[in-house]
Amino acid sequence: MSAILQVQDVSKSFGGLRALTSVSFDLPEGQILGLIGPNGAGKTTLFNCINGVFLADSGKVIFRGQDISGWKPYRVAHLGLARTHQIVQPLNELTVLENVMAGACFGHEQTSLGRSQEIAQEVLDFVGLAERSEVLAASLNVAQKKRLELARALAARPYLLLLDEVLAGLNQVEITEMLEVLREIHEQGVTILIIEHVMHALMNISQQVIVLNYGEQIAAGTPEEVANDPVVIEAYLGDPKIAERLMGTDA
Amino acid sequence: MKPWRRPGIWLILALTIAVSVWPLLAGNKPYAREVAFTMLKAMALASSLNLLLGYTGYVSFGHIVFFGLGGYVGFYLISVHRLPLYVAVLAGALSAALLAFLLGKAILRLRGAYFALATIGVNEAVRSFIKNFEPFGGPTGMTLNFRIYDSYGGANQALWITYASIAVLTVIILLVSFWVKTSRFGLGLMAIRENEDAAEVMGVVAPSAKTWAYVLSAAFPGMIGVLFFFKNGNIEPGDAFVLHQSIESIVMVMLGGQGTVLGPLFGAAAYQRLRGFLLVSPLFKNIQLTVAGVLLLVIVLFVPAGVIGWLRHRFPRLRRVLE
Amino acid sequence: MFDFVVASLADGVLLGFVYGIAAMGLSLIWGVMDVINLAHGSIMALGMFGVYLTFNGLGMNPYLALVLVAGAGLLLGLIIYVVAVHRVIDAPHLSTLLATFSVDMILLGIGTAIFTTSPRNVDFTMGSISAGPITLPWTRIAAALGAVLVAALLYLFLYRTRAGKAIRAVANNRAAAELMGIPSARVLALSFGLGTMLAAIAGGLISTFFPFTILAGGAYQLRSFVIGVLGGMGNPLGALVGGLILGALEGIIPAFMETSWVPVVEFILFVIILLVRPAGLLRSKT
Repeated sequence: MSAILQVQDVSKSFGGLRALTSVSFDLPEGQILGLIGPNGAGKTTLFNCINGVFLADSGKVIFRGQDISGWKPYRVAHLGLARTHQIVQPLNELTVLENVMAGACFGHEQTSLGRSQEIAQEVLDFVGLAERSEVLAASLNVAQKKRLELARALAARPYLLLLDEVLAGLNQVEITEMLEVLREIHEQGVTILIIEHVMHALMNISQQVIVLNYGEQIAAGTPEEVANDPVVIEAYLGDPKIAERLMGTDA
Repeated sequence: MKPWRRPGIWLILALTIAVSVWPLLAGNKPYAREVAFTMLKAMALASSLNLLLGYTGYVSFGHIVFFGLGGYVGFYLISVHRLPLYVAVLAGALSAALLAFLLGKAILRLRGAYFALATIGVNEAVRSFIKNFEPFGGPTGMTLNFRIYDSYGGANQALWITYASIAVLTVIILLVSFWVKTSRFGLGLMAIRENEDAAEVMGVVAPSAKTWAYVLSAAFPGMIGVLFFFKNGNIEPGDAFVLHQSIESIVMVMLGGQGTVLGPLFGAAAYQRLRGFLLVSPLFKNIQLTVAGVLLLVIVLFVPAGVIGWLRHRFPRLRRVLE
Repeated sequence: MFDFVVASLADGVLLGFVYGIAAMGLSLIWGVMDVINLAHGSIMALGMFGVYLTFNGLGMNPYLALVLVAGAGLLLGLIIYVVAVHRVIDAPHLSTLLATFSVDMILLGIGTAIFTTSPRNVDFTMGSISAGPITLPWTRIAAALGAVLVAALLYLFLYRTRAGKAIRAVANNRAAAELMGIPSARVLALSFGLGTMLAAIAGGLISTFFPFTILAGGAYQLRSFVIGVLGGMGNPLGALVGGLILGALEGIIPAFMETSWVPVVEFILFVIILLVRPAGLLRSKT
């Protein structure tokens, strides 16, 4: 299976702060890759370097065989990459339907308005927001806004989906529902790169996991391998509960 | 849904046509025509500004510069080169569009407040430039030789032709505004307005979308300028680049409801009526600007969506009719 | 020619000090609360009228009148903040921009009604001093000194008083400041008032140089913006330095082209700086 995304030696600093140092990995097509690490490890920065929001100081990002280093976010989107944000970014004064239509219109399929509306309605059904299509995005609650964010990304029918803490703030039932949705997306052939702090969920759904700490990659492997890696446990050592969770020894 | 099936368009067209046709039915036709001309001009300018301010979310403070520049170019072609009116109008559109294009390249990458600041200076800068520009008459401007009206069948006929032209132009602007609002292009603009970064992540090519919005919002004032100054018979820097008129356009758009098609129409009509009332009263004549300022402040603080916007929020069922 | 340029340059630099004070006012408000005060110019014009009225009406020395004008400027700023700005302080930029813009219109409207547009003049001279090719009116020198004094006082206020520290805290991180018990609304009002106070003082000083009308503020407002981005919005020291640079530039330009080109040149400069270094040539404070 070829790698749909190749991150090669990506580094990024902000003034004196080294946010990312020589991060490298390949993401095979059709895989779900989890990205974990303590707060401030550089996970969202890595996302921003991949989809063009930040310009990496050095290194390359190759997506679907093209070197997209330094590309503007819209060019990257046109190649078939979609992403959600850690802090949701709804288009407030537009309706839920219009939000998702925007995702469909401007993604790599560049669909017409009419077709976008059809796609949007399908996607809203899929994520369970169909009843709220005509409300303004601003009036949704946080969990609904997260689903809207996901719906907008899905409407673009991406090859690669970058999810940034899409489960944060959800209760157990909502998490289980969301994981189901993600599995279905995966079954349709979408490659997923997911940042998550809800550890058990991430370990549950990922096929491979990468761990960042202080901008450096400290471990990579299957969820089991990573959970038992002493380096990883040490990185999280400040919170023994996480270590327990990683090792699967919590209740 | 195809644009013509949306009921909102018919209300907009009906209002515009009603205003345009009124002078034909009025008693004192020339007077009514002048009043209607001013009204249509306000509606057209406000609707053009709305493309940038309402749909894209970029405030342009010096927007009158396009009216002035287009007016100058068109006037020059008519006065000095004896070109026909419609050629001059096109030239006005093109010159304003070109200025917007070049300016946009420089300043559209500035976000929000900085872009607005840049537009303040544009008006002053262009006015200074024109004042020093001899071919356009320098500080004294240009005056039209009245003989030119003869080629239009006399002064009276020329005035009616100009009037018909601005009525048609206003209708076109409104149709364009409606088309933008219901098109893919418009959706991109509104995404930019709501969250430019998120829009880019979604794939909206913000730089080119904004440039097109700016160019479109400039071309129409350019045309209106030509019509206005042709009718006026003379043009000078002091008349062409009146910052005050930019301000009034902003008030009209905000009062009526930015981001809607009907809003600028309504806002222009309401503001013009208010202004007419104020000018007659000796007390308020001098503080016209103050009244406009208070109005704008109240809108910004309490009813930011404007009258039409507020109605749409309050009565969702009316949304189909109040576009 | 050289003599002319040197004289013009010296004159411009002195004027630049005053420009710096005006820009400081704008920059302070921008730095503390992310608001661009579009009423800046008209407040400067009101400062001019303040000195004019007290000088002509009460026979007061303009420099004493400045103290009154400063107080009035502070008060006006507090009122403007409470009435027009506070409600939309957290709204998108467009709202505060339009809010201060409407205040500008209101002030200009009232000002025009009361004062009309006929030019006024503060007929106050203290003679001049000559050194070689340069002849400088004492009013210019006094204004420059006054500007330096005001800047120093502002610095002391911001760095040596509790209120000043509170302002810097709010400028740095409003949420955190509130958590530490700082009443941010009052601090913001005070900052706005200080900003308008500086504008009024600058206007008052300028009234001793040139004739003016209520509409004179516009050109100075543009200069304040240019200086603000030149020195970095939110950076008072940068504003002062930027003011000197702009003053110097204005001194040199007339040697090479008509003064009516000045707005064009300033505007182009403005755009260039915004494009090349939006953070200003000196680092921004925040």
